[in-house]
Amino acid sequence: MIERRPGLDLLSHLILLLGVSIVAFPLYLTFVASTQTAEQISSSIPMSMLPGNHFLESYRLALFGGETSLGSKVPAVWPMMQTSLISALIISIGKISISLLSAFALVYFRFPFRNLFFWMIFITLMLPVEVRISPTYEVVSNLGMLNTYAGLTVPLIASATATFLLRQFFLTVPDELVEAARMDGAGPMRFFKDILLPLSATNIAALFVIQFIYGWNQYLWPLLVTTNEDMYPIVMGIKRMLAGEAYTEWNVVMATAILAMLPPALVVILMQKWFVKGLVDTEK
Amino acid sequence: MEKRVRFKSGWLPWVLIAPQMAVVLVFFFWPAGQALYQSVLSQDAFGGSVQFVGTENFDRLFADDSYLNSFKTTAFFSILVASIGLSVSLLLAVMANRLMRGSGIYKTLLIWPYAVAPVVAGVLWLFMFASPMGVVAFFLRSMGFEWNHLLNGNHAMALIVMASVWKQISYNFLFFLAGLQSIPKSLIEAAAIDGASPWHRFWTIVFPLLSPTTFFLLVINVVYAFFDTFAIIDATTHGGPGKDTAILVYKVYYDGFKALDMGGSAAQSVILMVIVVALTVIQFRFVEKKVQY
Repeated sequence: MIERRPGLDLLSHLILLLGVSIVAFPLYLTFVASTQTAEQISSSIPMSMLPGNHFLESYRLALFGGETSLGSKVPAVWPMMQTSLISALIISIGKISISLLSAFALVYFRFPFRNLFFWMIFITLMLPVEVRISPTYEVVSNLGMLNTYAGLTVPLIASATATFLLRQFFLTVPDELVEAARMDGAGPMRFFKDILLPLSATNIAALFVIQFIYGWNQYLWPLLVTTNEDMYPIVMGIKRMLAGEAYTEWNVVMATAILAMLPPALVVILMQKWFVKGLVDTEK
Repeated sequence: MEKRVRFKSGWLPWVLIAPQMAVVLVFFFWPAGQALYQSVLSQDAFGGSVQFVGTENFDRLFADDSYLNSFKTTAFFSILVASIGLSVSLLLAVMANRLMRGSGIYKTLLIWPYAVAPVVAGVLWLFMFASPMGVVAFFLRSMGFEWNHLLNGNHAMALIVMASVWKQISYNFLFFLAGLQSIPKSLIEAAAIDGASPWHRFWTIVFPLLSPTTFFLLVINVVYAFFDTFAIIDATTHGGPGKDTAILVYKVYYDGFKALDMGGSAAQSVILMVIVVALTVIQFRFVEKKVQY
């Protein structure tokens, strides 16, 4: 603290509290809506701002599906959460694994076309899914990967950012470790497994947080490659609830929204240290 | 930087790099090549006759008012998202940075929207403004302001800007806070001893020293507004009313998958790639500059 300015401190707290409440307000409203019935939400104008007492009903309906009191059918969200979890894990673990291997190859070996490979991985940064949607869709459909976990995950698994982060880290690992390992007769894979991997643990944790959220929140790609309801991730299912019926069951939609936010939000809050590290490191 | 000590093996590095290269080639380079190739072809909707048409797809796009308008919409949208998002986050970060106690709690309370999927952010904001039960729409109406994002293009734009900014605040906030914490305290103390007010100190010392972070975030936010906001728009406005919120990415998706104009969609993809390349080059130039700085 440079100087004491109690007035300014108070102002800072007020501004931050205002900011926090604006950021949190949509979440609060979502929670409130998920504890009411659909009729309560749509009949009162505006909806009540206090939590209702239909918490369990809304979440049971959202998780396991079924008929609402008005007779419209609600799809079960639980299988969608499983799909999301499986694809997010495949994407994050897959990205980290293939990036570890390729960064290891790029740093610890000299082989023809090494620089070419490096640049090819680098260029993928400039080709996000959004700019090549229809041709990528064609490739995936030609390979027969529509409506499969492979189709949902493999096209997203290449990662320039993870490869670079790990490459930068490997370059800072002292050469003496390699020499010592070689002197003890350890081959490259032994060195990778017993020395490099344990050293990279914090970087891997940081990358995992970022990539898990990335995988869980995918929307456009699943929208293209899944047509079978069994393969819908939750983020996509929630959108379909809005579009599907003329009459939106807001309580179920909002319960689903909470369920869709919960896993990545928990990952961010519980692994905050690694999250911040991962965010700052992958972007710089 | 290069390693002095290396392993020797003729085949191992190839095996190690193979999975990454396979994905990169099959799902990045091949489709990107296809996009380039299709952008100079014309194909009827049933995939029958294909013919080479040169730059006709591009000519058609640039003669198309709805495409040019989509450019304007995207530019307007990105400017709003970046400027509002950056100023709000900067304000919050500066405030959190000057507090001795409590900034950790504020940080935790501000970073969680990063975890929210854009489409969920869209649904949350749509709910607040939806008729008739939407709380904010009701509040506006009671103040005599008739909110209708289904009919009024400006309202629809305001809705997607708010949802996009909300989602991005946590990211900007974290980077600003990290940037602020890396500014040497001694500089600010010296200015304080010379009698500079906090307001004056901010604009003459803190803000200029923060400019690398600000510029980096500016690029990131423009990229975000260009590409990642597709889900927000798809959840809230579907590009409407009319085409008032159809940004470029939404139009690529719509033309390719709803209107089935493959050539036109591929040409749009190529133009988007050029934009991404330009943005990436700007970003990396800046990063080099920052290293010298």
